[in-house]
Amino acid sequence: MKRLIGPLLAVVLLLSACSPVDLNSALPIHETGVDPQAWAVVPAGEFLSGQHNDPVTIEYDYEIMVTDVTVTQYASFLNTALADGTLHIDGDQVVGYYPGDEFHGAKHEIEITAADYAYVPLDDPAARITFDSTAFAVRPGYETHPMTNVSWFGAWGYCGYYGYRLPSELEWEKAARGSADDRPFPWGEEILRNNANFYASRDPFEDMGSFGSRTSPVGFYNGRSYGGYATLDSASPYGLYDMAGNVWQWTGDVYEGQHYRYLRGGSKDTYEMDLRVWVRNNATPTYFSPGVGFRCARGP
Amino acid sequence: MQFVRDRLNFLFRSTKGLILVAVAMIALETAVFGMLSGPMAEIGVRDVVVRALRMDLVQAEREGRIIILYHSIAMAVVAIESYMITGLLKMKEFYRAAVRVLVSIGYLMAMIFGMGFAYWGHNWAFHGLYIAGLTLIFFAGVLLTIGLWPWNKETYQPDKAYARTKKGVDMERVAFFATAATTLISAGFGAIPGSFFGNGFEAFLAENIIRYPEKTTMEYSVIGHLHIMLALIAIMITLIVGRWLNFKGILHKIAMPLIILGTIVLNLGVWGVVTPLEPVAHMIIYVGATPAMLGALMLVIFGWQKLIREGVAGIQKPSFLQKLAALVRDPLKFGPLWQMVFMNFTVSGIGILMAVRLDEIFRVWPAREERIELTGHWHVLSAIIATIILLYYGDMIGLKGKVRKLYGWAIIILSDIAFASVTLFEMKRLFITEATQQPLVNTVMLLMDFGLGMLLVILAMVMAWRLADLFKKNGRWTEELGQDDLSAEVR
Repeated sequence: MKRLIGPLLAVVLLLSACSPVDLNSALPIHETGVDPQAWAVVPAGEFLSGQHNDPVTIEYDYEIMVTDVTVTQYASFLNTALADGTLHIDGDQVVGYYPGDEFHGAKHEIEITAADYAYVPLDDPAARITFDSTAFAVRPGYETHPMTNVSWFGAWGYCGYYGYRLPSELEWEKAARGSADDRPFPWGEEILRNNANFYASRDPFEDMGSFGSRTSPVGFYNGRSYGGYATLDSASPYGLYDMAGNVWQWTGDVYEGQHYRYLRGGSKDTYEMDLRVWVRNNATPTYFSPGVGFRCARGP
Repeated sequence: MQFVRDRLNFLFRSTKGLILVAVAMIALETAVFGMLSGPMAEIGVRDVVVRALRMDLVQAEREGRIIILYHSIAMAVVAIESYMITGLLKMKEFYRAAVRVLVSIGYLMAMIFGMGFAYWGHNWAFHGLYIAGLTLIFFAGVLLTIGLWPWNKETYQPDKAYARTKKGVDMERVAFFATAATTLISAGFGAIPGSFFGNGFEAFLAENIIRYPEKTTMEYSVIGHLHIMLALIAIMITLIVGRWLNFKGILHKIAMPLIILGTIVLNLGVWGVVTPLEPVAHMIIYVGATPAMLGALMLVIFGWQKLIREGVAGIQKPSFLQKLAALVRDPLKFGPLWQMVFMNFTVSGIGILMAVRLDEIFRVWPAREERIELTGHWHVLSAIIATIILLYYGDMIGLKGKVRKLYGWAIIILSDIAFASVTLFEMKRLFITEATQQPLVNTVMLLMDFGLGMLLVILAMVMAWRLADLFKKNGRWTEELGQDDLSAEVR
């Protein structure tokens, strides 16, 4: 019997790897008090860019959303844009037109031609919007969470629809870091678990034993306490929330010789090293994930 | 005083003592700094360690810290390989002594002062001493290469059972020489950009720039350097294991030219990344890697045949099971060869899959996923090399009976559980979505930590035993003091 204990434990352990994840498990509901419609002004001027603090000047004022675009905001966009024919349904996805990129034939570059591209999938188990053949709705509980499972095209399309645009990487970084110093995080030098939503940060939305990390409502880390969980005010110098953690954010640059689009800010699924303001991630523009969202910029 | 002098004499002047010190240093460094990342950080151990040891960790300097950490461990591994080579191969006493002195001082300086600089504030004197340590190791390499010069009649191979030229030049020695010489040149591919990027401390990790379509020559040089140095350490340990197992016969005669050719071509391919040959450099690398790996395969076949032959001696018609039992009877001899085979599943196979399906699969995923694969890939290769060294070390220190079996099998099984788990973790996106991955991630992380953690515990037990042994008047160390010539133990 003793000889069986080891193999049995091994089998139990291996089976635990296959245990199902309940993506509909109850979600804590918290009101953050941060307005997702708000914009912040980033003034023209120099800031220190990148890990090695290169002085860079952005010579114009611009505005950027204080929070990530929420699921409610995106569902509203989908409904309006579907109704006016900007978007349409193609199989299991919502698609919209993109005019394509200049192709340079560089190594590993994939041509992005003018065509319809998927904005959001409709059949993904992690989707936060539902579609009943006529209208889009928000899955209950996720109203003020960042819109995720959205491709770069979907982010680009949302911002463009309202006359905005995705921020460039430099605009994003300046908005996150401010222009006063070389801080690694939007709020300062060090990161604590209640500064941001990152992997194993023990926030009220995660359960590492089952579904793992989940997003938090936009603006959650604003110094408030939620049912005993105290957050630190982690706004950037310009008052932006969630510029580190929660979801990676698509940025708007299209670089010569590559089809990749760049993401900033780290997410609920990454260690804190990826939350440093200069860290870059990238993916194909069709990529979507429960850990990727976006916010828009406007101006000059 | 004599008590201390005798022990220091063993630890710093004998082959096995020097290896013991280097293994202990690596074990210590791995145990302490392994607590700063991954699950240890998740459960809060990192914060405790940082506070207790008063480390000074600046966020912007993480990449630089990690580079010094990798280098300091790698230098100790290079030192161990140098001790083994100088203990196994014929060499003039001057070279043997000079290599050992230089490499020992070098890796200890690199490790102590490098880590002091990286993790405890920036004492620039420490940085200078770290660089001085690396420089000493380079000079040790120069002397080792000279000492390994194969076209010297005193080192010719008289026995026709081994690979040799018509004139008698020892082809195995040529392989050692070629590996050592190309290691020196390839070190320059790290040293030059290291100086370049060090001027202003713009350190970066290669895995973070892998997708940039335009890379500077210096960036290519760094990427080439890290790949080739690990490959050369792996080739060198293959040659060392071959000598330890007395690799000879027809397979030896096939393997040595393959390894020599493979090593040189592999290096040419890597060096080519900083030349106009860059677009075809990968193809040259494949052309070089293939014969080098075939050479290693010859060693595995030879070694396993030998183990089976010795294990079934006296049995007239051994059955398959008897042969299998003979093969796995001694884990310390079976293990290194098995680890070389296992490497194909967890390192080479993954690397080939990535290379052939890069754009179709891996570059559709975010760069962060690709980074996980890249770092997992070479962490596993490094750790496999470490386990091979530990298995040889177990034989070297004369483990016998049940302890030998327990030590050997524990290293093989625990490390392979960890490596397989790392591989599953790296490749998880092939078979599971982000939204549903957590149970799998939890299990593989647990297995990874269990495997590597228990491996470190076993290593700690061996180190504790060796430490206690040093306090004995006639301990194991007194026997090892007289066993400087490792070639005398080759059977």
